[in-house]
Amino acid sequence: MKQSYNLNINADATKNLSLLDSVKNKANRYLQQRSILQHLLRIVLYVILLTMAFIYLAPLLVMVMNSLKDVEEIRNGSLLALPQDPSLAAWSKAWGSACTGSTCEGIAPFFINSFKIVLPAVAISTILGALNGYVLSMWRFKGSDLFFGLLLFGCFIPFQVVLIPMAMTLGWLGLASSASGLILVHVIYGMAFTTLFFRNYYVGLPRELVSAAKIDGAGFFLIFWRIILPLSPPIIVVTVIWQFTQIWNDFLFGVVFSGADNLPVTVALNNLVNTSFGGKEYNVDMAAALLAALPTIVVYVFAGKYFVRGLSAGAVKGA
Amino acid sequence: MANQRRFTDMLADSMPKLVLAPSFLIVMVCIYGYILWTVALSFTKSRMLPQWKFVGFDQYDKLLNNDRWAVSSENLVVFGGLFIIICLVIGIGMAILLDQKIRQEGLLRTIYLYPMAISFIVTGTAWKWLLNPSMGIEKIVREWGFEDFTFDWLVNSEMVVFCLVIAAVWQSSGFVMALFLAGLRGVDSEMIKAAQLDGASMPTIYRRIILPSLKPVFFSAFVILSHIAIKSFDLVTALTGGGPGYSSDLPANFMYAHAFTRSQMGLGAASGVMMLGGVLAILIPYLYSELRGKKQ
Repeated sequence: MKQSYNLNINADATKNLSLLDSVKNKANRYLQQRSILQHLLRIVLYVILLTMAFIYLAPLLVMVMNSLKDVEEIRNGSLLALPQDPSLAAWSKAWGSACTGSTCEGIAPFFINSFKIVLPAVAISTILGALNGYVLSMWRFKGSDLFFGLLLFGCFIPFQVVLIPMAMTLGWLGLASSASGLILVHVIYGMAFTTLFFRNYYVGLPRELVSAAKIDGAGFFLIFWRIILPLSPPIIVVTVIWQFTQIWNDFLFGVVFSGADNLPVTVALNNLVNTSFGGKEYNVDMAAALLAALPTIVVYVFAGKYFVRGLSAGAVKGA
Repeated sequence: MANQRRFTDMLADSMPKLVLAPSFLIVMVCIYGYILWTVALSFTKSRMLPQWKFVGFDQYDKLLNNDRWAVSSENLVVFGGLFIIICLVIGIGMAILLDQKIRQEGLLRTIYLYPMAISFIVTGTAWKWLLNPSMGIEKIVREWGFEDFTFDWLVNSEMVVFCLVIAAVWQSSGFVMALFLAGLRGVDSEMIKAAQLDGASMPTIYRRIILPSLKPVFFSAFVILSHIAIKSFDLVTALTGGGPGYSSDLPANFMYAHAFTRSQMGLGAASGVMMLGGVLAILIPYLYSELRGKKQ
């Protein structure tokens, strides 16, 4: 009895094993099919992503390629054709001798104008932002949050609603059409963003750092200098990059507030493209546009990580 | 001696306020003061120079009966609406695709985002050329053998506003993608695992769990995009110059033209105030919901 029982079990086990095998086979086939499907999906995924990458890159590639051709080749050939005889002639003309409205000195002088405006404006607005952010996070007082709210609103106003009074004020101050006037405008309307960046960063630092130093008798500036500033490099980088791109790329303030001898490069580029003196030199236009975009692209390529962080700091936390 | 001591103490106490004072002054004057100033100007008959002769709502009356203003605000609705929707769709879509453990994700992200580093003037110059029927896309496709292909939106006053949309989407959609990608990375992975154990499929998980938790990102992207749309002045200037005629003008271009080149300061001020009104209409509900969200 016992024996047969055992036998029975063995028989069951073999039956079960064969059942298990068939299930396993089915599962394997299913998994195989699934993995083929998943493979296909992955391929589709990569195709979509690469196509998008191509779409984003295409205008830049077309510009670079055609800035290396001469005008005849652009007129007669295809936009997508590689330059037959690549030359930097258009680049050197765009830099040094193309006409931008009334002068024909290329965009080089305006490039320098832009730097003369951007560097001080970035420096001053960053320092102001750091100090404001420090107060608004570590030295809050009654009304400081209200002030922060009022300042935040400044990030969002359309500048059209302050342009006329600003132009009149600059006129009274004797700063109309001057580089210092333009720097002032950029500092004023950039301050809201820089303050926001620093304030949001400092709020994340432990407040004990400051309260301990206060107990030890350290003053406002000593704490800033010794404790806060050494912790600030990440947010300084973000702010400087953000301000640099914003101010370099600005067109509105440039066209409204700058004078003939301190036009920023964006305004000069627009003049160059719209100067219809003689035939249209598309290759020179393209080279000039690339030159105007170069500083911010370089910053982006080398410090893109911080650039993204700035965008999302301003965006996600800010608003 | 004691007095002096008290004075330095007081100075130390009020140091934060002193540091903040210049910025406070600037904000009150150059933001709020100037807004009031512009509002005041919009009620005067100022032309090339300000004249403080108040004429009530005359300028607004003129503005609302001005065909160019009607065209530019209608353009803003079409441009802004399409720009925001397409950017959000592309941005969310690409963020989800990029979030599938993609090889070379960093490189792809860099490529999608670089247009954001470029000025709208440069973008406009590039697209002006690509969209030009006799130079750009139309010519290329015809060379491929499609002789009848037409793509002349840039010179077609009915369609030109869509050219603005194309260029602006090209420039800003990568940024929206970056915002959403950051958001996706912040979603609680435990929740997703739990849903997977319960047998939910990936599309359901995205629809029911991930996307709803990205609501704040969605909101801030919306606010930023609408802000870009309302301020788009340089893109129009570089891409179309407002043309053909004034068919692709946006309010920002209207304001600039009237206040600074056509000596219609009162009208320009009124249009600036209307633009602020537009921003507030979007911003106030947003801030309200943000503040309420924080209190809860």
